[in-house]
Amino acid sequence: MTTVDTNAARSSGGAGGNSLTYAIGLRCMRLALAAAAVIAAGYLMNNLFVWARDYPESWVMPISRYISAFFDWLGYKADFGLFTFRDLTRAVSQVLEWPLAFTEGLLVSGFGGVPLLPLPWVTVTLIFSLAGLLLGSWRLAAILLGCFTFLAVFGVWEPAMNTFSLVLVIVPFAALMGMAAGVVLAGAPRLERGLSPVLDVMQSTPHFAYLAPIVVLFGFGQVPALIATVIFAAPPMIRCTLVGLRSVSPELIECGRMAGCTKWQLLSKVRFPAAAATLLLGLNQVIMQTLAMVVIASLIGASGLGHDLLIALNSLKLGTALELGAAIVVLAVALDRLSLAASRYDPYKRGEQKRRRGILLFGVVLCAATVAAAPFADGLHLYPAAYTVTSAPFWDAVVIYVSDEWYDGLQAFKNFLLSYVLIPSRNALLWLPWPVVIALVAMTGYRIGGGKLAATVATLAAFPLITGFWVPTMITLYMIAMAVVVSILIGLPIGLLASRNERLSSFILLICDTLQTFPSFVYLIPVVMLFKVGDVAAITAVIAYATVPMIRYTNLGLRRVSAQTKEAAEAIGCTKRQLLWKVELPLALPEIMLGINQTIMMGLFMVAIAALVGTKDLGQQIARALSDGDTGRGLIAGLCIASLGITADRILRTWSRKRSEALGLTG
Amino acid sequence: MGNTAKISCRGLWKVFGPDPRGFLRQHGHTPGPGDYAATKHVGAVQDVSFDVLEGEILVIMGLSGSGKSTLIRCLTRLIEPTEGQLEFENRDLLQLSKREHIDLRRKKLGMVFQHFGLLPHRTTLENVAFPLEIQGVPQEERNACARKYLTLVGLDGKEDFYPRELSGGQKQRVGIARSLTTDPEIWFLDEPFSALDPLIRRELQDEFLKLQQSLRKTIIFITHDFSEALRLADRIAIMRDGRIVQLDTPEMIVARPADSYVAKFGADAPKEDVLSAGAIADPNLPDVLPAQHVRASQKLSEIIPQMLTDGESRVVLNRDNLPAGVLTKERLLSAVFRGN
Ligand SMILES: Nc1ncnc2c1ncn2[C@@H]1O[C@H](COP(=O)(O)OP(=O)(O)O)[C@@H](O)[C@H]1O
Ligand SMILES: [Mg+2]
Repeated sequence: MTTVDTNAARSSGGAGGNSLTYAIGLRCMRLALAAAAVIAAGYLMNNLFVWARDYPESWVMPISRYISAFFDWLGYKADFGLFTFRDLTRAVSQVLEWPLAFTEGLLVSGFGGVPLLPLPWVTVTLIFSLAGLLLGSWRLAAILLGCFTFLAVFGVWEPAMNTFSLVLVIVPFAALMGMAAGVVLAGAPRLERGLSPVLDVMQSTPHFAYLAPIVVLFGFGQVPALIATVIFAAPPMIRCTLVGLRSVSPELIECGRMAGCTKWQLLSKVRFPAAAATLLLGLNQVIMQTLAMVVIASLIGASGLGHDLLIALNSLKLGTALELGAAIVVLAVALDRLSLAASRYDPYKRGEQKRRRGILLFGVVLCAATVAAAPFADGLHLYPAAYTVTSAPFWDAVVIYVSDEWYDGLQAFKNFLLSYVLIPSRNALLWLPWPVVIALVAMTGYRIGGGKLAATVATLAAFPLITGFWVPTMITLYMIAMAVVVSILIGLPIGLLASRNERLSSFILLICDTLQTFPSFVYLIPVVMLFKVGDVAAITAVIAYATVPMIRYTNLGLRRVSAQTKEAAEAIGCTKRQLLWKVELPLALPEIMLGINQTIMMGLFMVAIAALVGTKDLGQQIARALSDGDTGRGLIAGLCIASLGITADRILRTWSRKRSEALGLTG
Repeated sequence: MGNTAKISCRGLWKVFGPDPRGFLRQHGHTPGPGDYAATKHVGAVQDVSFDVLEGEILVIMGLSGSGKSTLIRCLTRLIEPTEGQLEFENRDLLQLSKREHIDLRRKKLGMVFQHFGLLPHRTTLENVAFPLEIQGVPQEERNACARKYLTLVGLDGKEDFYPRELSGGQKQRVGIARSLTTDPEIWFLDEPFSALDPLIRRELQDEFLKLQQSLRKTIIFITHDFSEALRLADRIAIMRDGRIVQLDTPEMIVARPADSYVAKFGADAPKEDVLSAGAIADPNLPDVLPAQHVRASQKLSEIIPQMLTDGESRVVLNRDNLPAGVLTKERLLSAVFRGN
């Protein structure tokens, strides 16, 4: 600090007018010095200490092996006297099979003796459209009608309903569990503080990592997929319940207490109704997470769109895969729009009750009519196969065209990237001795948030090391870093453009909204079409998936700069360009940093899934653990990804918070 | 107004912070401001004792942050007091079981909130019927009762409106109706009119007084507005930093403020409307009494016109028609224009 001060004093005393150039030069020089110091330290350590270059095998804590052993014991041997753990999991499975059998019967397979089921596609489509009309508008009804008709016309009705029947069971389970947990935690602040990091970890552990332990405990199949998804989808509901219950005004609660509410009355008549909007938003998140997870859970035997997609991808039927991906997207958009409409639905509008009654009555009559008529008219029940269309051949042709005509170009591009950018940076990262990496992380933490943050992030960074996952973690880090840099380069200008123009902005945000509803898995398909497999494909998928928050937050940050500040700057004669660089961007930077944070989090989720297109990082470890049934490895690799995410999150958030405070932007 | 105490509290404390009880014990119940700051405690209510008499309007007045809300919440046990005794109709409130306490709130206490505290998902009628619903009163019956109180506060025809469709004044009318549906014995109002425009506030104050004339509740009314306190109060308790610095009739608060803090509030008060002849008369009777008289209970605003026209002194007669003091023109003027 003191050196900087004297430098500043000297500069103002000497070079006067050129102090800005001087400051930038100084900064560059310090950066170069730091880089040189890092390289020197790395060089020295690598040559002096073998243990610094390669973390000794004997220092690895065999946590993953313990975990595997524990899960094996739990899954196969654990015996509680009256029953074994296996009995317990079987019982749970059997209980869960009931509702699943019901929804499947309702939507897909029908029940042996019952004549009118499964529900005709026309009826299901009608129900959704009317729900759209009820909760939203004619427009929403039309969108839903379009979505479900799409599923029928493209001949993916059955797998889509398969997926949906899983969603239908999972969402209430996850939502109720999340809500119950949220209520308990809201009443026990200390427990909540203790569990908050656990929720953090759960929410930053990729979908993928949940699968291996479930397989060991519950085996393969629909029910294990269901359980994995419930566990994955509940945390956002817990968070939303907590936020919702907290945001209920204390006066309302006092009013309830003064009226003499019991605890339960207070919850059901005051707190829940007052928090309804937030809870429904949580429900929307649960639905979207469930859909994303159910698709991925096809790896452990969930049937439906994900399953078919996986098969299509494995047999390189890219056209079919693309179509299935589109179906997943369509289903996601439909469910997202509908549940968002539900969270905005206002049942207390004047005249709403009458409208609601009308729609419900109309709906019941129409549905009953279609169900009753279905046995007499074939097309009503199952969409006639003869009228389905498929675009798969077209896409296959596109793929062939691409690989024929563009092959050389793409291949050259890929090779160029690999040999001049990707592999060198990966090697550089792997070359760095681990003590240097951890010291860098700790120093960053210290400079930004002081000793406590430094300790937290250093611990998080050391986790992959001591569990023996250093190399795959560094590979993941390099891929994420590459992808995030590109995401920033793409997202920043787009966000900037969006912030300048209203119409452009609403258009860009609409696209962002839609892209965000796509389950991550879907992004792999076009990427595989272009780049086949490998790092380039994986990084491209991450970029495609994770750029959206960058755009959003940049736009938001720039729009939040107060008009007064801008006017003041213009009044003293800033050019547009100066305004952007010297006023708007610095003020928007905290927000933009949060965007980068989001991009990293989403990127980490994607990078794990991208293992399916052949990478060598943590995702691959998870994938292999899944096929080998190696619970410990899969779980720890997942936690390593979480530790990367949380490290970035803590640092960026702290920086953003301090910066906004310094700029007086809080609130 | 009876003289029996409806609520009485003695040595009531509410300290916020990591270890309130330990803190009080450690400082022997006399912590200074420095002690609070040093240990991150806040003394929101400090050693407060007073009675609320049956049928009176007791106004608690103080600047924001002086502990009024905390005090009223200790009386209702929305906040658990740190220490002290609290009696309701001679029953120890702090010993009640949870169930008994819920019962007490259902039957005997009503409360009005500064920001109305209306349930946004319920209509006006449902909001007003809410306390009865909680008690399990059948729908017909509770709606009839709610309608009655809605009429009483002048909200006929607004039964099916939702809170956000009402103006601030209307919302608080709903809040008032709701707090009355259970016909409580004690009525707590925490700055009920503070969030309203001055004109509406005035209107509601008048209606509040009119309501009280027929209802005769025991009322604890909080405000930070001294003129509101003067208008409504039978007695005023002035709070500062968690303590009651003076509890007296409006007249005495203005006429004989306990300290300069209280005097500052009284300085801007319309003295001629608050003070009566008895409060400012000189009790030392001269040998020759003035020929004309006024009654001790007469407000100065009634006396001023005549006294200023003829300039004569008056003898002040008490309730039993006996001379209790003399009021000279100088005394009158100095009381109205310079404080005491
Ligand atoms: N839950 C709480 N925790 C800590 N301090 C509190 C809490 N509630 C109130 N206080 C403090 O107690 C003091 C009195 O607050 P309050 O009773 O709300 O004042 P008033 O209603 O007169 O404005 C204030 O200094 C306030 O900051
Ligand atoms: Mg208050």
